[in-house]
Amino acid sequence: MLNRHHIEILMETVCRVFPVTSGAEVTIEANPDDIDPVKIKTFKEHGINRLSLGIQSFHDGELSFLKRRHTSGEAERAIILAKSHGFENIGIDLIFAIPGQTKNTWHMSLEKALSFEPAHISCYALTIEEGTPFNLLKSQKRIKPFSEKKEVSFYLHTSQYLRDRGYIHYEVSNFAKGPKYYSRHNRRYWQRKPYLGLGPSAHSFKEKDRWWNIKSIKGYMDSLARGIKPVEAKETLTEEQIRLESIMLGLRTEEGVDLGVIASIPRYQEILENLLLSGYVEIKDGRAVPTVKGYLMADGIAYLFS
Amino acid sequence: MKQIRNFSIIAHIDHGKSTLADRLIQYTHLVDERQFRNQILDTMDIERERGITIKSQTVNLPYNAKNGLYYELNLIDTPGHVDFSYEVSRALASCEGVLLLVDASQGVEAQTLANLYAAMEHNLTIIPVINKIDLPSADIERVKVEIDHELGLDADSALLCSAKEGIGIEDIFEAIVERIPPPSGDVDKPLTALIFDAQYDSFRGTIVSCRIFDGSVRQGDTIRLMSTGAQYKVEEVGIFRLKMEPKKELTAGMVGYIIAGIKTVSDTRIGDTITHEMNPAPKPLPGFKEVKPVVFSSIYPVSSDDYQSLAEALEKYKLNDAALVYQKDSSAALGQGFRCGFLGLLHLEIVQERLEREFDQSIIMTAPSVQYRFTLSDGSIVQVDNPIYYPDPAQIKKSEEPYIRASIMIPERYVGPVMKLCMERRGVNSRMNYPGPGRVELIFDMPLAEVIFDFYDRLKSITQGYGSFDYEIVDYRESDLVKLDILVNGEKVDALSMIVHRERARDRAVKACESLKEEIPRQQFKIAIQGAIGGKIIARSTINPYRKDVTAKCYGGDITRKRKLLEKQKKGKKRMKVVGSVEIPQSAFMAVLRTDTE
Ligand SMILES: Nc1nc2c(ncn2[C@@H]2O[C@H](COP(=O)(O)OP(=O)(O)OP(=O)(O)O)[C@@H](O)[C@H]2O)c(=O)[nH]1
Ligand SMILES: [Mg+2]
Repeated sequence: MLNRHHIEILMETVCRVFPVTSGAEVTIEANPDDIDPVKIKTFKEHGINRLSLGIQSFHDGELSFLKRRHTSGEAERAIILAKSHGFENIGIDLIFAIPGQTKNTWHMSLEKALSFEPAHISCYALTIEEGTPFNLLKSQKRIKPFSEKKEVSFYLHTSQYLRDRGYIHYEVSNFAKGPKYYSRHNRRYWQRKPYLGLGPSAHSFKEKDRWWNIKSIKGYMDSLARGIKPVEAKETLTEEQIRLESIMLGLRTEEGVDLGVIASIPRYQEILENLLLSGYVEIKDGRAVPTVKGYLMADGIAYLFS
Repeated sequence: MKQIRNFSIIAHIDHGKSTLADRLIQYTHLVDERQFRNQILDTMDIERERGITIKSQTVNLPYNAKNGLYYELNLIDTPGHVDFSYEVSRALASCEGVLLLVDASQGVEAQTLANLYAAMEHNLTIIPVINKIDLPSADIERVKVEIDHELGLDADSALLCSAKEGIGIEDIFEAIVERIPPPSGDVDKPLTALIFDAQYDSFRGTIVSCRIFDGSVRQGDTIRLMSTGAQYKVEEVGIFRLKMEPKKELTAGMVGYIIAGIKTVSDTRIGDTITHEMNPAPKPLPGFKEVKPVVFSSIYPVSSDDYQSLAEALEKYKLNDAALVYQKDSSAALGQGFRCGFLGLLHLEIVQERLEREFDQSIIMTAPSVQYRFTLSDGSIVQVDNPIYYPDPAQIKKSEEPYIRASIMIPERYVGPVMKLCMERRGVNSRMNYPGPGRVELIFDMPLAEVIFDFYDRLKSITQGYGSFDYEIVDYRESDLVKLDILVNGEKVDALSMIVHRERARDRAVKACESLKEEIPRQQFKIAIQGAIGGKIIARSTINPYRKDVTAKCYGGDITRKRKLLEKQKKGKKRMKVVGSVEIPQSAFMAVLRTDTE
């Protein structure tokens, strides 16, 4: 985690080099164990106005399974601290589909999160990827991953529960208390608007180009020291790739995909019909918009359009 | 020419032909002991993997006989499996004699007899050889009786040998020289060379294997392929000595190869005659009998863009497998392809595998079918080997299907279960023989259609590998046939249709629906599979969609990777056939006929 000094330099440089609009969303991501009164004050002083907290769970057993350094008590204290310093735009990240998690423990985490009335909640399904320690445990049958059915049921339940409490399910894993609390930063990715990423392995995007920085910190610094842009590679997208990306990303958000993009290809019409019949998308204002069931199939649906 | 002998080794499968060829080759020191390997003439990977000969192979052996003379012996090792009998019959056309091998323990079997008849048709000298005399179970006296009674040959003329142990090899060489006549033919007559095999080489063009009957051919000659009229200048001639060995010329009586830069694949026809452009023969040699395919199946390219490439591959493949017949075919579901006829299921399997391995084709093969015969109300008779062309049922007066006589050899303890299997497969007229203690030969008449797919697999699993199975086609018999259609999401997939016996239809439909359920992966939408006869649904199964296919996170750094994954999956799509909106994998088209899905 950046210390107070780092944050100062970073924010001062950004404000010096780029024109920063007033009211711009300035988010910092932090884990509960990173937070203390001094840091919170530094954030505030330097114009950071949104805090995204990697809480993951309010259940100590689950936290230790996830190898997190904080306890549920520390998580609570971190939120309270931020609120007491006047952070009203707080996002809480939670994880579900943790082996061993029950409807009860998940519910408890959700309830607890809601009790702080956060502006934003992200609920991520745990993915057990190849080459991770979880995958090893899974192959040794020492943990039992969620079945598809169970994961789907947790997901649908979560969406319903949060929507009932006034949150908007605006992206596969993201909920906000109102449109003004949508993560402005992340939406740029999904809307394919330009973004600039700084730091090792950060991705940037502008018009038809996407490029990404050198992954290793050493390589990144060496390159900078030699005055060379630390870019590892760049791609220029073809029209077809642009269409594929807009479908793939559009299907992840409540904005969906412009029917014009779909209508351009006859084969897509048939797919659209099937999607409507299966209840994966709805038509709203000339756009095909995913339903909650559709969010769950966003990649599979994008595949149909590939 | 007097010092040339052309002969084939023929026998039932596994009686030791290729092993005997090994010993003959080693005797003449054609190959370094270090480079030798068993069944050296089985050069194809598939032959070595399966331990059987698929293609005839020629090798020229230099032999110094006891009479002090030097001979050149052309040996052709042939396959024993009935599906490759066309290889045998073509080999015989180049020979004056055969070694007819009989396994000393198995005795005379179906292909011993069939191959003997083929040799007699060509008026060849037959030398019976009893092989595997080293086996403890060898029963030379019994086999001699069989040679006498069943083959009608002089049992006293039979030679004894063990190809494995190298016993009796010299006697075989001497018998070849003494008993088999030298080729007749006239070097001074115009060239006639019979093409009995060929192989396409992308650098040198078609390499033609031939037997010279009259005349001679050498480098620089202009030759004409008589059936197509194509003319080429000879670049090289030679003989087979495990490798191709160039020679100055090939003369009457010899077996060898000709390379003449034949780049147009269709110019070469197996069975055609090669002659000289300047001094042509008045008429071509008789050539070969046409092949009569037994099972039929369609081949489609997985990606329809590859149709042309498949067409070229088939043309080249056919040069090297004259038993394959094919013509254009098309299906609403699979697009353009080819309807192929095969000599049996093993042949079909080999064609599929060789096209994939040697010609790099990704193909879909439809479930094999036999050839049915329908008499229509106007009295006309139609032969149908492709369910797509099943006639209008209202017009059918009589339906017939081919029957085989199956001979199944099994240890006694399996008689019950095997009988049951045969009855399930509509077997009739069963008989039993007891060829030896503990062994039973079951004979059944059965529709060919019932054995073409997985009968042999089932038999092997029931008898734990101890059952062997042989059949011959006997006749056509009247049968109550219907066409079973398969519908995927309500859409009929023509390439999955099959013609079946009415009583078996429901069972078949249920099994087909089950197999397809196994073969077709879950997709984004629910898939309904139905089996129907004339629009009436008689079986169904459902493939439920998967319900979750999304990654939880997709931020700035994930987009490129995700898109690339989609692009990769898109390529994979090409290996599937999309019917309606359902992706059907290659294997499904073959699997509809599979009857047990466990
Ligand atoms: N004991 C014994 N085994 C033999 C003898 N000759 C061949 N075999 C074995 O019989 C099996 C079949 O031999 P092959 O030479 O491949 O038989 P084939 O007739 O060429 O078979 P196909 O080409 O498939 O028809 C092998 O396992 C050989 O080792 C023999 O003289 N004695
Ligand atoms: Mg062999």
